[in-house]
Amino acid sequence: MAESSEPIIRVEGLTAGYDDFILLDNLDFEVRRGEVFVILGGSGCGKSTLLKHMIGLYDPKAGHVYIDGDDIVTAEGEKRRAILRKIGVMYQSGALFGSMTLLENVRLPLEEYTDLSDSEMDLIAEMKLELVGLEGFCNHLPNEISGGMQKRAAIARAMALDPMILFLDEPSAGLDPITSAGLDALIRRLADNLGATFVIVTHELPSIFAVADRVIMLDKRKKGIIAEGDPRKLRDQSTDPWVHQFFHREADTVVA
Amino acid sequence: MASLSVSDTDGQRILAVAGRLDVNTVRAVWERAKQAVSDAGPRRITVDANGVDYCDGAGIAMFVDLMRQRPKGEVTIDNLKPAFRNLLVQFEPERITSSMGEPPRRGSSIEEIGVVAAGIGRDLHEQIAFIGETTLALVNAIRHPLAIRWRDVWAICERVGADALPIVGLISFLLGVILAFQSAIPMRKFGAEIFVADLIGLAMLRELGPLITAILLAGRTGAAFAAEIGTMKVNQEVDALSTMGLDPVRFLVTPRIIATLFMTPLLTLWADLISLFGGALTLQSFSIPYVTFVHEVEGIVDFSDFMAGFVKSFVFAVLVSGIGCLRGLQTAAGASAVGTSATRAVVSGIILLVIVDGIFAVVYFYLDI
Repeated sequence: MAESSEPIIRVEGLTAGYDDFILLDNLDFEVRRGEVFVILGGSGCGKSTLLKHMIGLYDPKAGHVYIDGDDIVTAEGEKRRAILRKIGVMYQSGALFGSMTLLENVRLPLEEYTDLSDSEMDLIAEMKLELVGLEGFCNHLPNEISGGMQKRAAIARAMALDPMILFLDEPSAGLDPITSAGLDALIRRLADNLGATFVIVTHELPSIFAVADRVIMLDKRKKGIIAEGDPRKLRDQSTDPWVHQFFHREADTVVA
Repeated sequence: MASLSVSDTDGQRILAVAGRLDVNTVRAVWERAKQAVSDAGPRRITVDANGVDYCDGAGIAMFVDLMRQRPKGEVTIDNLKPAFRNLLVQFEPERITSSMGEPPRRGSSIEEIGVVAAGIGRDLHEQIAFIGETTLALVNAIRHPLAIRWRDVWAICERVGADALPIVGLISFLLGVILAFQSAIPMRKFGAEIFVADLIGLAMLRELGPLITAILLAGRTGAAFAAEIGTMKVNQEVDALSTMGLDPVRFLVTPRIIATLFMTPLLTLWADLISLFGGALTLQSFSIPYVTFVHEVEGIVDFSDFMAGFVKSFVFAVLVSGIGCLRGLQTAAGASAVGTSATRAVVSGIILLVIVDGIFAVVYFYLDI
């Protein structure tokens, strides 16, 4: 892996929530260039909310998110577009455009950001689809393929412009173990071969161990990070009871 | 059936419950058992469940209810068969009461008026912001016509225009026929049937043609735009556009407004022609031939009358498509939100049409058009 200690994303004092409710309080962390960074935690702890703040979809109550040195929270207009050009996002539902074929979905960012000819864009889009194992499905509509394939197509679309950072929201949620493992292997392969940085939100333990270089664990009671580091070390060495519970799949005595 | 007997012995009240405790039978003993607990005074309470031969969630709920009437430990459930006891031990009576919390407070009517007014204010603010964003996007589109997604525009044109021809034609024809028939009968008394042609010509071209086309568009196209964009919002497709750095207004709204701008005037023209034909056809039965009808219409309707209606159709197009797109972008989460957006698109679309049509009437009156 092309991991280095240089940070590519820096989150500073991020406070997020809805109306008067604070979900994440004063978060600070860094994502290093080239690593597969996983945000994990129980349901409702704010994983997806954090991701949406990191990609500039939500405005935080306080704090900053620096992507490759530029603050996405305050950037507007062309500067914001320049930051967004550096990232690709795969949403939990795939969020492919239902009226477009897979090829057109992957082509769209190329059409909007480049001056390439039609045939050149087609070739790049086909290659991206081939990378995720969907070479024979270019002319299918999203509703004609399975959920796992939709997620792979969404990854292909997120990679269309070869972004520096790929954000994946629950890539293996709702998939069978075989498809899920295939997707994990794909993510690991892309991370190793492309040198891109991956930020992944998940709570699937097998996926975490299969792909993650480093994790942060969020907790809704503390409204922040309760653990950070290598997931295997956290599993084996953490003294925090909740971290232990999470990594060993132990239920609460009384369901919280 | 379930039964309950209450007996008091030296500082203790015993409630002997027996029989079947399920959702159908528990009601027979629940109220009485609760009453017996609250009447017991300082006595300890024991519920003897020895005679219970079946107990489901409803029976367990009754036991939990009895236990939470008093502080912990003062009400005990004895002799419950192990299978049923396993169900009971899952619950802590105090926890159930405390976790329910305060019931949501219902605001006073003044507070609710305030909330609704604030909602209307917010909606107005969003509409104004949307008008600004859309205008900017349209100006940009005019300055950079190659950046418009023309493929989307033509596809939308087909749905908005060509596909709407039958319904617009049908309603306009009906309107022409009804207008002609209903006015020709009283006019005949004065021997003035020929002026029905004037009425239809003026009313349809100046007012009803553009208005009826726009109302049909609001129901058909406005709702469709709101539902399409709303579904994209729910499926995170709009978020996906935003994070690709693509402006949803430019990407989703501009092609729809441009397509509707192209199609609405054409549909209005179609509605005008078909309604005139409907009127002329009806007047045949009043012995007015087509040539006389056409001659009469030509005599009364001049170019400015035609343009008065035609210009309106452009404004109506922007209103209907704009409000449809705005409601779509305002869609909240969930499937029902899409339905709400489609409804709001039609309702606000028609209200706006009526208001703007009124403004046109006043402006035309002062301009003497």
